Amino acid sequence: MSTTELLKGAAELFPDEVVTSAHVRHLDLPAGAGRFALITLDNGFDHTKPTTFGPASLANLNTAVDQVEKEAAAGEIVGVGITGKPFIFAVGADLKGVELLKEHKDALAIGKGGHEVFKRLAGLAVPTFAYYNGAAMGGGVEVGLHCQYRTVSKALPAFSLPEVFLGLVPGWGGCTILPNLIGAEKAVSVIIENSLNQNKQLKGKQVFDLGIADALFEGADFLEQSLIWTAQVLNGDIKVERPVIDRGEAWDQAVAKGRFIADGKVHGAAPAAYRALDIIAAAKNGDLQQGFDAEDQALADLITGGELRAGIYAFNLVQKRGKRPAGAPDKNLARPVTKVGVVGAGLMASQLALLFLRRLEVPVVLTDIDQERVDKGVGYVHGEIDKLLGKGRINQDKANRLKALVTGVLDKAEGFSDADFVIEAVFEEIGVKQQVFAEVEAVAPAHAILATNTSSLSVSEMASKLKNPERVVGFHFFNPVAILPLLEIVRGEQTDDASLATAFAVAKKLKKTAVLTKDAPAFVVNRILTRFMGEIQNVIDEGTPVEVAEKAIEPLGLPMSPLVLLELVGPAIGLHVSETLNRAFPDRFKVSPNLAAVVKAGKRGFYVYDSGKPELDPEVAALLKQGDTVLTEEQVRDRVLDAVAQEIGLMLDEGVVAEAQDIDLCLITGAGWPFHLGGITPYLDREGVSERVNGKKFLEPGVASVPA
Amino acid sequence: MPRTVRDVVFVDGVRTPFGKAGPKGIYHETRADDLVVKAIRELLRRNPGLDPKQIDEVAIAATTQIGDQGLTLGRTAGILAGLPQSVPGYSIDRMCAGALTAVTTTAGSIAFGAYDAVIAGGVEHMGRHPMGEGVDPNPRFVSEKLVDESALFMGMTAENLHDRYPHITKERADEYAVRSQEKAAKAYANGKIQQDLVPISVRRTSPEAGETGWGLVTADEPMRPGTTLENLAGLKTPFRVHGRVTAGNAAGLNDGATASIIASEDFAREHNLPVKMRLVSYAFAGVEPEVMGYGPIPATEKALAKAGLDISEIGLFEINEAFAVQVLALLDHYGIADDDPRVNQYGGAIAFGHPLASSGVRLMTQLARQFEEQPEVRYGITTMCVGFGMGATVIWENPNHKDAGGNK
Repeated sequence: MSTTELLKGAAELFPDEVVTSAHVRHLDLPAGAGRFALITLDNGFDHTKPTTFGPASLANLNTAVDQVEKEAAAGEIVGVGITGKPFIFAVGADLKGVELLKEHKDALAIGKGGHEVFKRLAGLAVPTFAYYNGAAMGGGVEVGLHCQYRTVSKALPAFSLPEVFLGLVPGWGGCTILPNLIGAEKAVSVIIENSLNQNKQLKGKQVFDLGIADALFEGADFLEQSLIWTAQVLNGDIKVERPVIDRGEAWDQAVAKGRFIADGKVHGAAPAAYRALDIIAAAKNGDLQQGFDAEDQALADLITGGELRAGIYAFNLVQKRGKRPAGAPDKNLARPVTKVGVVGAGLMASQLALLFLRRLEVPVVLTDIDQERVDKGVGYVHGEIDKLLGKGRINQDKANRLKALVTGVLDKAEGFSDADFVIEAVFEEIGVKQQVFAEVEAVAPAHAILATNTSSLSVSEMASKLKNPERVVGFHFFNPVAILPLLEIVRGEQTDDASLATAFAVAKKLKKTAVLTKDAPAFVVNRILTRFMGEIQNVIDEGTPVEVAEKAIEPLGLPMSPLVLLELVGPAIGLHVSETLNRAFPDRFKVSPNLAAVVKAGKRGFYVYDSGKPELDPEVAALLKQGDTVLTEEQVRDRVLDAVAQEIGLMLDEGVVAEAQDIDLCLITGAGWPFHLGGITPYLDREGVSERVNGKKFLEPGVASVPA
Repeated sequence: MPRTVRDVVFVDGVRTPFGKAGPKGIYHETRADDLVVKAIRELLRRNPGLDPKQIDEVAIAATTQIGDQGLTLGRTAGILAGLPQSVPGYSIDRMCAGALTAVTTTAGSIAFGAYDAVIAGGVEHMGRHPMGEGVDPNPRFVSEKLVDESALFMGMTAENLHDRYPHITKERADEYAVRSQEKAAKAYANGKIQQDLVPISVRRTSPEAGETGWGLVTADEPMRPGTTLENLAGLKTPFRVHGRVTAGNAAGLNDGATASIIASEDFAREHNLPVKMRLVSYAFAGVEPEVMGYGPIPATEKALAKAGLDISEIGLFEINEAFAVQVLALLDHYGIADDDPRVNQYGGAIAFGHPLASSGVRLMTQLARQFEEQPEVRYGITTMCVGFGMGATVIWENPNHKDAGGNK
């Protein structure tokens, strides 16, 4: 099939594509270097809607190449360049189009279509140049890789091959050309390491330093300087020299290092990184076409596999649903927050104070029961501000401003009389919290939001004894507060829309991913994690060896094993939450006697790390009283996943959150559950767990899976 | 505190190619401040001996100081060009003589000792900021007959100048204009102009004006090589029925920017910067606003008197061609022939265009190149007329002349 037919077929599947034009404009190069054709990729929108490649866009580029190919062959032009609209080069394939693909052959067509068009640039009779003027990702980077020369702007803010992060491979030449251009080690760092490191982006200077671009120019006159440089290259005044690539052992070592990185991140559970590494490994022989063919196959396999769909689903949840929380009231109802009170000056309270201070830049007052604690809390915040100053993250003026904004007082009346938002982070005990809120209500303005950082107590109960219970909101952060994006916003029975809107407005300013939850026991993340951990604990208690239970979960590729997670959370806290949930749902949440024993013994975890690897602490092993039911890994996995599926099904029935999407968003942003699982429900659907347990899938086909 | 007046020199000057104002013009989608920024950056690239930290001032002129020509352009353009934050800047306005005034004002400060080296230039994007945009003339101008109503319309003032000098006919003006185009085309053919142009990348999104996407501008857009008297004879006289001023014998409406480095001679020599021209004297003069084009005559008289020079000692003239009649008025005043080879050797604004506040530095850049080529010439003049009845003249000495300055 011809490229044109290939793309026409694909375009029919994707009628809503935002089509990118490929404008061809001619210009006279400086220094009499001759007539030049410059292709501008532009989707007609401003930089807030970056340029992407769908099938119709590729067809446009193909037409542009038709034109310059003729001109080059006729000797009418001395070279061809390609660049982007202001601030954007091109950010790769249009994911919406990828989502629509159902058939392996259609997916193959998209891979081949891109290759066929991009390859033509490399095949022109004149030298080709890419000018990376702005954001370049995925297929955007790759179209430039097919050119003979590249320049990059120092002002370029983001450059990446993010495919592996999403569940794809850089399949329009990236896996093959990049290692052949800059060597396998650097290519692995861009394609694998950066992608798996939360999709880390490169800046212009790094693109140059890596050798991806041949020249680096400042943003102010980037295109002019690029074209002058082009003229010098064409005139022979500049010779572009690139280092020789090490095609020996270093290549294999780089690929091995890539596998090590991938194992550390996804534990073999997601195929994309490994497929990319296979192609990079094979690219050692320098046979580009063989590499391109392998890319086509990998793309088609991954596009028709579940991990990519879960990855795109997860990406969209974080990028879209995370920014427009489901169920949040009209934002115009939100009241301004010009001063914040924090009850408690312990570590959690101090971390919250720091967060509010940095993001809201309003006065923050800490209170506690004695001066020493207050001083310690304020001291912690000042210390963290000094650290930011030391790292150059803020300047002295900003440090002065922030330090002046944080104060500590003993007297709540003095601290909170003009506060608009007061959050408590005191001991997790309903009586204590009710007392604290009663004291705050007595001194704070009638409109002030009273927020609680409780992880498992009832927000409605906490509010029940107040004169104005409608202003109480649950504001549940995840540790470490500065790093995990999730904020569960809990609506109590009496919480009104204005208070809830204010809570969401504050969450947005805090740059947190807010998810609305009902006032249900342990809300979302803790409830699922506790059920998940509880089931692991159950099988251990019943007799399965610890290492079998742990190993059973490995194929999910979670960031850490269940017992390591328990160690991070703290066994005592884990026990406390399981007790809370046990009271609420005694038939599903057990309190493990073994866990209780470990906590009672004052152990902080199950493992010792003397050998460098986690090994069961002999003291813990001595405490464990196990039954005699020994399960296989597969049996453990089924039991745990069944429990999780059941719990999520019940939570959705109870209306804890609006949709399964919110559950997944919580698990991704609050527990770090991976993109390739899509949180968890796409995985449960894919593995048949949802139907086995609940008789139906959580998500409609196509939402996080290949459409039917 | 004893003071010594210091010699001031023109180190270097560059400009963007000039464009035609309007939706089809090359700069229609390009910001005015970006034009200035790119000119400043080119100057710095060409003069690596000038450490940007040592720049004491950035003076940028614009007539309509709003939008992308507002916000104290000298300061903002400096930051956008990547100059250190420690370098200050300001904006200047004397309409057409903006860049010229940026040079003379900073030159005065250099002579006084306040600065060592400055950037001086100007910009006018007449497409984005048409003449008269946002003006609000005081009604007393008319009610008290302070100026004639034609004073605000430059084309009408040029017709008024024809009235004053009936012997300057439309034919003479057209002949002059044809010569300007011829000289400019020749200067281009000989590579005289391109060496001081900064290439500018330009974007076009509207297909009506030509190919879309990014392009590169490396030459002046307004030029009309091959213009004949017959071409010009048929043009309309938009400012007066049966008038004499046409689009052919006047500069057009244009977009463009210029920038120059002005420094004390000691500083320039110490830092091995070129010394292309030495400032001798400058003067501004006011005339009746309705015959604005007369302005260069008293301004030149004044500048010559201050320098103690006679017009016969001036070997090269760069006269801004806002209107042919205004050039001819000056030449007639001094008895210089219309086609005197000392006058506008590379052609003038009738061919290249006249983006108001930027033009002064273009005159200087061209005079500087002519000084290099003609070391036998000792003195040259840059002069221009200015809206609301003014003239501006700067007299320069050629450092290449055997008797110049320190060579005496």
